[in-house]
Amino acid sequence: MITSRYYGQFGGAFLPEILVATFNELVTAFNEAKNDPTFWQEYENIMSSYSCRPTPLTFAQNLTSHFGGARIYIKREDLNHTGAHKANNVMGQGLLVKRMGKTRVIAETGAGQHGVATATMAAKFGFKCTVYMGEVDVKRQRPNVFWMERLGAEVIPVKDGTRILKDAINEAFRDWVTNMDDTHYVLGTACGPHPFPEMVSYFQSIIGKEARKQIMEIEGRLPQRIYACVGGGSNALGIFSGFFDDPVELIGAEAGGKGLDTGRHASRLACKDGSPGVAQGYKTYFLQNSDGQMKETHSVAAGLDYVGVSPILAHLRDKGRVRFTAATDKEVLDALTLTIKKEGLIPALESAHAFAQAFKEASKMSKDDIILINQSGRGDKDIFTIADAFADPQWQAFIKNKAKEYGA
Amino acid sequence: MELESYLQRKLKEKDILLMTHIVLGYPSFKESFQIIEKMVAAGVDIMELQIPFSEPIADGPVILRANQKALESGATIQDCLSLAQKAAETFDIPFLIMTYYNILYKYGVSEFTAKMASSSITGAIIPDLPPEEGSTYLTCMEKSNLAPIMIFSPTTTSDRMQYLADFAKGFIYCIARKGVTGEKTTFSNKLSDYLSGCHNATSLPIAVGFGIKDRQDIQFLKGKAEIAVIGSQTIRIMEQDGIKAVEDFILSLQ
Repeated sequence: MITSRYYGQFGGAFLPEILVATFNELVTAFNEAKNDPTFWQEYENIMSSYSCRPTPLTFAQNLTSHFGGARIYIKREDLNHTGAHKANNVMGQGLLVKRMGKTRVIAETGAGQHGVATATMAAKFGFKCTVYMGEVDVKRQRPNVFWMERLGAEVIPVKDGTRILKDAINEAFRDWVTNMDDTHYVLGTACGPHPFPEMVSYFQSIIGKEARKQIMEIEGRLPQRIYACVGGGSNALGIFSGFFDDPVELIGAEAGGKGLDTGRHASRLACKDGSPGVAQGYKTYFLQNSDGQMKETHSVAAGLDYVGVSPILAHLRDKGRVRFTAATDKEVLDALTLTIKKEGLIPALESAHAFAQAFKEASKMSKDDIILINQSGRGDKDIFTIADAFADPQWQAFIKNKAKEYGA
Repeated sequence: MELESYLQRKLKEKDILLMTHIVLGYPSFKESFQIIEKMVAAGVDIMELQIPFSEPIADGPVILRANQKALESGATIQDCLSLAQKAAETFDIPFLIMTYYNILYKYGVSEFTAKMASSSITGAIIPDLPPEEGSTYLTCMEKSNLAPIMIFSPTTTSDRMQYLADFAKGFIYCIARKGVTGEKTTFSNKLSDYLSGCHNATSLPIAVGFGIKDRQDIQFLKGKAEIAVIGSQTIRIMEQDGIKAVEDFILSLQ
């Protein structure tokens, strides 16, 4: 029997028969690890010695004064190795791969963050690694492709479908149904068939555990609101899960793209364009047409540009436990500019969605209120993408000049 | 028509039956119908009509691209169901719908199965819907007297085969190997052992698909399976040599 798990009406394990045995094995391995107290200890140890855990909680003094409202704290997931919360998930799954005795890992990647994180983990643990990446993304994210290849991973451009993240996921599944004996699929977010939503959230819960402890140490009380960006939903679930039992409002910021009324966005939960469906092995809200065919999505942040969303978040939305909003590309760039200038912090474009939403609300809150923003990743290593988003003329001149040096 | 008794009757005339597959709306609905016509004329015993889906995770490159091209040229579910109905009412062989679960889910599972039944469709193959997730579907299929085709794979344990066989009607679809549709399959003793394991779990006829491409492969399956499934190979032949070549190819298999 397939072990499935539902969150309200969402989740499940809609598996092709060929993968049933592989998922049974994975569910068993994950449950054993979860029930083994030494496993979490091993996980924390590796995250403190190889990544930068616990990541700090930074008080944003200047932004707080600027808005004149709530006290703003920032959880610094950008300080993880490879520059994002993605490290938490891949290192956890890497330890599980070792327990299962498998020797090869595969991953999908959109912007390349999860691909780079997986390639890093594979290098450290001595696994073979193949990363599937949409051809469109390979073209626009060369620096990440460069690092994945240097780290020893094979990067396969996916030329089918819309040639972006969802197509890379399909292709990774196709590899897995062929090579499951020695291969584990390191899914990058809290989506997909059970146990992935639970497992990825479990590893990311380290963010919320730390953040709760840190704010209690610094302020001696809980925050009023917590903001996180939502692509697949793993960083949001990571920080939110530390506060599920507390009277804290949780806010997920989706990609509003060019605006929710333009159809050019990736907002599945904050607007009416998303509807329940079943694809890629799980049930959740998808951006799809009335026939059930998936639509194209848009965001300035490649990491939020996905048609589905974690079934756990879909349920928390319907239950009213998490409030969902969307920030447009323009609002995101403004929030990024302000954060860089005021705090000297450079959030990733994805994370800047959480900042944009927090900035809309901070000034309306009391000076006694506290808010937490999850800075899920750093933006400085995405210089090509961010410079592009700002259409920076000096940068463009530099690139043209560089191209000349290469004989273009 | 009642699928299992049809298959048993046919099996008295032939040692192995032939099931073919097409993607509806690829390259166009007009041509889809012509291909069905040619296949029936060439002696195909049963057909799978795939309704294209944007995320066909169990399909390999050939069928995947056919799905995409059908959708790019605007194929809708209504178009697909109309063509399926026309085929089923025109030709005297059973037709099955093959698609992914989201297509049924968005249409409404009971509406979809009722529509299949009223269109003279015989059953359905939904590769991403294991019985554990498919209780609504199974109930609706039963109510409409349709055959829910169950799938066995080389990684399916014998206990699970028994479990799946309890839900099955018509025949069991046995995937010849790991992987996706359209890649090379090695026809070996290992495959024979797997197929005899499949037979042990069910009294229904078994169909073998994934990687079957010529007469030799079908010869190998005689006595080991009741139905040979040809999927990607006919799409390849049509793409290379046109619709007429599909008929010649099907004739060459028998």
